[in-house]
Formats: sequence, structure tokens, C-alpha cells
Amino acid sequence: MLLKDEVGMLQRVPLFSGIEPAKLKLLAFTSDRVNYSAGQILFRQGDEADAAYVILSGRADILVDSDSGPIKVAELLPNSIVGEIAILCNSSRTATVRAASDLEALRIRKDHFLRLMKEFPEMTIEILRVLADRLSHTTADLIDARTA
Amino acid sequence: MEPSLARYIWKHTRKQQIWILAIVLLSMIPYFMSFDLPKLIVNGPIQGKGFEQPGATLPFMRLHYNLPFIGEVQFFSGFQLDRTETLLALSLVFLLLVVINGLFKLYINTYKGRLGERMLRRIRFDLIDRVLRFPPIYFKRVKSAEVATMVKDEVEPLGGFIGDAFLQPVLLGGQALTAMLFIMVQNVWLGMIAMVIVAIQIVLIPRMRRRLIVLGRQRQLTARALSGRVGEIVDGIGAVHVHDTSNYERADIAARLGLIFKIRFDLYQWKFMVKFLNNFLAQLTPFLFYMIGGYLVIGGRLDVGQLVAVIGAYKDLPGPMKELIDWDQDRQDVQVKYQQVVEQFTVEDIIAPGIGALTIDDPGPMTNPLSAVGLSIADDGGAMLLNRISMQVKPAETVALVSTPTGGAEALAEAFARLNWPESGKVASGTDDLLELPEAVTGRRMSYASSDVFLFQASLRDNLLYGLKHAPLTSVTYDGAAADRQRWNIDEARRSGNPDFDTHSDWIDYASAGATGPHDLFEAVRRVLDAVLLSRDILDLGLRSSADLTRHTKLAGRIVELRAALRTRLEQEGLRELVVPFEPGAYNTEATIGQNLLFGAAAGPELADKALAANPYFASVLKQAGLDRTLYEMGMEIAEQAIELFADLPPDHQFFQQLAFMSAEEIPAYETLLQRLKNRLYETVSEADRAMIITLSFAYIEPRHRFGLLTDELMSKIVAARNQFYENLPSELQNAIERYDPAKYIAAATVMDNVLFGRVGNNHPDAPDRIRSIVYEILDELGLYAELLDVGLDFNVGAGGRRLTGGQRQKLDVARALLKRPDFLILNRPLSALDQRVQDKVLRNVLEEARRDDHSPAIVWVVTSPAMAMMFDRVIVFDSGQLVEDGTHETLLADNGIFKELLS
Repeated sequence: MLLKDEVGMLQRVPLFSGIEPAKLKLLAFTSDRVNYSAGQILFRQGDEADAAYVILSGRADILVDSDSGPIKVAELLPNSIVGEIAILCNSSRTATVRAASDLEALRIRKDHFLRLMKEFPEMTIEILRVLADRLSHTTADLIDARTA
Repeated sequence: MEPSLARYIWKHTRKQQIWILAIVLLSMIPYFMSFDLPKLIVNGPIQGKGFEQPGATLPFMRLHYNLPFIGEVQFFSGFQLDRTETLLALSLVFLLLVVINGLFKLYINTYKGRLGERMLRRIRFDLIDRVLRFPPIYFKRVKSAEVATMVKDEVEPLGGFIGDAFLQPVLLGGQALTAMLFIMVQNVWLGMIAMVIVAIQIVLIPRMRRRLIVLGRQRQLTARALSGRVGEIVDGIGAVHVHDTSNYERADIAARLGLIFKIRFDLYQWKFMVKFLNNFLAQLTPFLFYMIGGYLVIGGRLDVGQLVAVIGAYKDLPGPMKELIDWDQDRQDVQVKYQQVVEQFTVEDIIAPGIGALTIDDPGPMTNPLSAVGLSIADDGGAMLLNRISMQVKPAETVALVSTPTGGAEALAEAFARLNWPESGKVASGTDDLLELPEAVTGRRMSYASSDVFLFQASLRDNLLYGLKHAPLTSVTYDGAAADRQRWNIDEARRSGNPDFDTHSDWIDYASAGATGPHDLFEAVRRVLDAVLLSRDILDLGLRSSADLTRHTKLAGRIVELRAALRTRLEQEGLRELVVPFEPGAYNTEATIGQNLLFGAAAGPELADKALAANPYFASVLKQAGLDRTLYEMGMEIAEQAIELFADLPPDHQFFQQLAFMSAEEIPAYETLLQRLKNRLYETVSEADRAMIITLSFAYIEPRHRFGLLTDELMSKIVAARNQFYENLPSELQNAIERYDPAKYIAAATVMDNVLFGRVGNNHPDAPDRIRSIVYEILDELGLYAELLDVGLDFNVGAGGRRLTGGQRQKLDVARALLKRPDFLILNRPLSALDQRVQDKVLRNVLEEARRDDHSPAIVWVVTSPAMAMMFDRVIVFDSGQLVEDGTHETLLADNGIFKELLS
């Protein structure tokens, strides 16, 4: 997969969809392309968050530790991003991500990501919009749950 | 040291000064003979005096003397020579005298020069010797660069002066006196005039020069302070940048230079002023001679002959007088310099020479307890760090010193290490004052490490073994020319009062490290490095450096085996895809295009980095392979992409680290280049521009940069070009490149690259770490672990050890202290740069390592955290300079005192 294809993939990630292609290309170029085989761990719950991952191909499981061992809480498919909240708010990983098949991903380093946001405010606003959107959805869901 | 330079010189060079004076006097004989000879030649054979008759002969070399009481005695009747023969003979004698005078001059100058150089060597050594014996407190006040400049620069002029110190005044004074006497004989009155002027010169000029001396002293002090400041800026460059004070430093330096300029300019003005006056006085005498003498002649009271003779004689007076005055100026100058230096090097409480005397024999163990008796220690400002402490550390006891922030435990540890001298009371070993024990005992039987580490700019190995180098233990035998040189070295060292210890001797005291020689020392080194958890760091350094193949032959010899073992292991663990190996007939996708083309490590500048594309031979190979155009187009594409991606970013942006093709500074140049070349035909582009563009393609790695520029066809072309490149490699490039060969060790590449013999895949984020641990395991299995550690020990730690991290430096310091296997191991917060977990681990390891093989040293450890005290036999607690608690860990916990409070 070439750089320009990666840009196409990034555009399909909601968080990045409003950002102009030139910036996405820079983001892709400064990110590492990483390959995992099934069963390999991308990161572990409790680790320090140093990067976000965009899945380019393959599948991954999101696992949360529990008393009876790890429980799978969600599955990641191509074009999804994982770990972006942790790099934005300096928290540690809240879950483990494990490759469920051969997996190709784009590893966006935290410092690069933050630097880009600083450099290009229009990009930050775009990301902010997506996050605010998510928040309002969550709030709406919460209200629905309360009133139900 | 002697306060007076003249006395210092006289004391050390008395015999030589007298000898050279005698030689100079002896040299006067042929010198004056050569004055007389031209007259003999002109009057005799040339003008024909004594050869009036044709065929007349005269005796040559007739030796006859008129002796008192005996009358004329003839020793040799001489050869009878005619006019031409006499001319020839006398001319030859003249030539002979020229040669003899020249040889005398040569001998005298050489002798004086050597005398001066020897004295310079002696004085410099004396100064350094004193530095080695200064009390510790002195070093808190002095800047190292100032000491260095005193030893190096300020005593330098002394060397030139010493040869003339006594010779010049005797000689010149003699000449001046002779001339004076001659004038006096001719005419007393005119002689008196000359004498008065000379007297004025002698009185006035030195008086005027006093100011020169004052200025000279100021010049010396300001220059010394300048070098102190320069040293400070270099040492503190971090602080300068962190606080944006570089302009403050600029201002300070400029002000100092201004002051130095002013002093130096004043000095020049005065110097030339004095010179002018001196010359004027010298010329005043003939003026007086002409005027007064002429007046007397006109009046008939003096005859013309006398006046001419006096003026003639006077011409010999100013020369020696001027030189004598110059000599006096030199004397005062160097005397000032010498005094300035000696004053700085004369300090109170200098350590007696016997304390640091060379001791070859092992001093034997320290079996007495180490104690502090009524010990008080004050800091430089006079505040008490320790107040009348008395305590004792028994041999084999392990003691933790726990201290509140103002406790003073560090000062006690420093006192035990003799780094801080008691204000009152003493530190003692048994009944002996520790400060009076020779360093041969304390430096070998005691060890000290602290958080404040100093490392020398040398290899890790040298720094580690530094603590074992007490005395030259072997005598080296030299053969042939080396033996002569060694004899000369020893002889000269003695003549200058320097010691003749041989630096080529083996200074390492293997026995104290528990080894018997170089072959088993490494075991001891490895154990201490393991104990302080430094081995892994050193192995990493080893992997990243290129090995010196003359020393590490094993690594090179078994490289094929190593590479095969790595392959097998990766295969077994299913990690084959982590490393893409170099294969002579295949393209390595994880390596750059440049690496694939060269398929070797550049061993010289010709084919390294940016020079590669511009190398004419390399360019011709690319052309033949039909690659030049392709790579050019590729370079253009990369330039376009890179500029599109990066042109908007500020040049200091961290993203530029990701851009392997060009640096931030090069972007504008490439931007204009791209504009210029965009629609040009390849054929019309100049060679230099082509090279600029082609270079870009050399850094390209497809899986990493993902521009989609590499095709199968291109890869096979590149492999073909690689073979062509080596087929016709011109002889001048043979040594510029080491070709990758699966069966050969590549000296120019790092150990890691050699073992890997390939590239780690770019797409596996944890690959480098995994591979490194696999490589370590393989090295261990093949018995090459020690060899790699040894490669790592070659690493140069840089000035003050700054190429290591703070933690690594502290670990190294502890390892060095441990290696000595002392009877008393004093550790003063030795690992403060490490986190607590690592400190605990190292503490346990050190206690274990120190007691290995039934060795039982006393260990005094100033701990950074009270919890560490649990590991010790005894715990002593300090607060406000007082010893407040002393007991075992359990008793102190039970006491509910300060210790318990500190612990919670």
C-alpha cells in the first residue's frame, strides 16, 4: 500500500475526514507502517500511551482485563482508529489491542500528532468537531438511557 | 619553591652556568683572532709587505714568545712560504676561524637552549607536582583553566631567559666596561661625560620600566582570568543556553578583551617611549663629544687624534649597554611572571611529598578500625557540617549512614575519603591519623565512590581500570633504537628533576582486583559490571560501535558462524521476516537504494554519503547500467514529494527527522533546483545538478517511504549495476569500500550490522529490541559475550565522561571502586541518578560482590533512602551535624526515634 492509498484510508476515518489531503499526507508520511501477525499485541492495558493506530487491513480485538482473564469488548475493522483518546489526554491504555488476523496498521506517534494539531489549527478544529459530535451523541445516549 | 627566580636558576643550573661561561670566554680567542687576520692578509701578501724582493719567503706559523727572564724562545721555526702561498695559507686560516667561531656559536646556543628547556621542564613538573599535593579546599577556589594557563603559558618565557640569566650580564658588562675604560684612557673629561650619560641611563630607564612591570603583571592576571572564563563557558555551556545568557557572556568576554587591549596598548606605548628615550640618551653622548670635544679642539686644548679615538671607541659602548638594559628588562619580566606563578602555587597545608610517594610493594591490608575522633567539619563559608562526631567502623562491618538533609553524613564519607579535611578532631585508622597515612595505603586498601563522578576522556576500560594504576609494576625491556630512546628519556628526565616512571609499563595492579594477569582480569571486570547493572549498556555500546579487529580477532574469526546462528534462531522462532539479509545477487528491500547499489560499507570519504553520487566512477557505472536517467527521475519525484510535504514547516520542526532525503536547510536549495530543472531534458542538465538530484534517490526505502517508486525491473538493474561497480573498481577506490561478503567481517561496519548482515524490517515496531536480545543470547551461546563486552569497553566516554548518561557514570564509578576489592568501601550516595528500584538492586548486588570469595570488607554507605538501611549490619543516623542514633535496623525501629520518622 502506498502513501497515497494511506491518505485515502485516513480520509475515511471520521476523525480525519474533514482535514485537507495535503496534511493527511504529511501525517501518513511521518507515521510508521507496522505489520502484525495474528495474536501479536499492539499495546497493553496500563501501558503508557505513545501512539494511535489506524487499521489499514486485517482485524484486531479490543480486550479488557477482568478477574476471569481478558474479555473481548469490541472488534476493530479496517479504517478504524484506536488509541486516539489516550494520546490526547495523557492517560494510560484502558484496554489491550491484539491482532486477530494478519494486520497492517499506521502507527501515529503521539508527539507527531500533537505537533500537527499545534501547527495546523484548522485540523485541530476539525478534530474538535468530531470529538464534540461524539460527546453530544454520548450525552444523547445517556439521556435516552435515563429516560428509558 | 624559591621565591626568587635567580636563586631558583642558580640552585639547579650552577654547574652548567659556569661551564657555559667558560666556553664563551674560550670562544673569545678565535673570535678576536679572526678580527686581526684580515689586516694581516691585506698588509702582507696582498700589498706585498715583507715580500718586496721577488721570490722572498716568510715563515708561517712560527711559534716564538718573549718570555720574562728567559728572553726569546722559539718553539717552531715555521714553514717558509712565498707571497701566493702565504695568501693561500692565511685565507685558509681565516676560513678555519670562521668554521671554529661558527661551531662555538652552535655549541653555545644549543647548550643554552637545552639548559632553558630543561629548566622549563623542571619548573612545569614542579608546578604540576604541587597541584597534585594541594589540599582539597584549594580546588574549590581555583579554575582549572587558570592553573593550566599558568603551567603552560606563563612560565614559557622562562625557558628562553634561563640560558642567558648569568651569561649575558657578565659578557655585556665586560664589553661595556672595556669600551668605557678605553674612552677614559683616551680622555678623562670626555670619559666622564660618557659615564654620566650611562649613569642616567642606568638609573632612569629601570625606573621608567617599573610601570612596564606593573602593566606586565596586570596583563598576566587579566589573561589568566580570561582563560579561566573561557574554560568556564565551555564547561557551563548548557547553563548558558538554558538561560539565554550567551549575550551576557559575550558582553563579559568583550569587556575583558577590552581591558586586556588597554593594558597591552599602554604597555606598547610605554615600551616605545622608553626605547625612544634610551636611544636618545645613547645618541646624546656623541652630540656632546662633537660639541664639547670640537670646542676643545678649536681652543687647542684637545688634539684631533684623541677626539677621533674617543668617538671611535664610543661606538662599541651603546650596543652592549642597550642589550644589557634589554636583558634587565627580560629579567624583570620573567621574574614577575615567575613570582606571580609561584605565589599562586604556594599554599598552606600542602600535602607532604612522602604521602604520595611511589610504592611498588603491596602495602598489606588495613586491619584497624576506621574512626572519627571528635571530628568537626566546616564548609567553605565556615558553617559546621559535622560537630564533634566520634564513631568507629570495624573491619568487615557494613554500615548505612542515614542522614536528614542537614545531617552531614556526606561530609563524614568525604572525610573518610580524605576529600574533606577536619576543622578539628581527626579521622584515624587505628591510632594513625588517616591524613598521615601514605596514599599507597588509603588509595589501595580503601575505595570511594560518590554521586559526583569524574571520568577521564578515555575508553570505558581505561576509566574502569584507573583505580588500579598505582605504580609501574613491570619493567619493560626495549631493543635497538627503542632502548636508546628509553635511555635518553630516563637521562633527560633525571636532568630536569622529573621522575622516570615508565608509562609503557603495566601499571595495573591485577592482584588487588583478585586476578593474576591480563588474561583473567576480564572475569573480575565482568563481575563488577554485572553487579552495577552496567553490562547491558556496555554491550549495547559494543553492538553499535565498530570493533578494532587487531584486538577483537575472535569476533571477526567467527562471524560466519554467528550469522548462521542468527538465521537459524530467527527461523526457529518464526521471526524470519524481521531481518532481510544481504545477498550478493538480490535486492534488499529494507535497505536504501544507495546501500543496494554499493553493497558495502564506505571505509573512506570518497564513497560516503553525499560524495557518492558525485563520484565520477560511480556515475559512470550508473550510466552504463542505464540507471542514471531512472534514478534522476526518481530523485525529481522524491524532491517534489518532499517539498510538497515539508515546505510549509519551520526548519526546526521535529518532522524533519523523518525526512531522510534532505535536511531542512537544503529544502530552499532543492526548491529552486526543482523549479529550474522541471521541464528540462535530462541531457541538458549539468553533471553537478544531476548528482544533486540522484543523491535523493539513494536514501529511498520503499516499505518505509511508500512513494511507489521501486519496480522489479529497477531492482534487477540495481543488482546488475552493483556487480559492474565491483568488476572494474579502480585501484584508488579499492580502500574506500568494503564489499558485503557473507563470509567476511566488515571492519567499517558496526558489530550489530556485521552480525545481522541485513536490514531489520521497517514494518515491525518491536523488531530492533527483539533482535538485540536474540543477538545477545547467540553471543552468549557461542562464548562471544565477553568479546562484545570488550568491544563496548573500547567506547570513549568523552570529556568528563559526558558521552555517558549520569546514571551510567555513577554505575561506572561504583564498579571502579568495587574492582579494587578494598578493605574499606566508602560509598557516598553513589547512585543518586538512578531510580529507587535500580538503586536497591545495585545495592544488593554490590554487597554480594564485595563479599565474594570470603572477602569481607567494611562497607560504609551513605544511603539516599532510609529503606535501603535494612540491608546493613548497623545503621547510624545523622541530624544537624550530630550523630543522633546508632544501632541495628531492628533496634532503631524499636526506638521510635528519628530513623523511624524518616522511614515513614
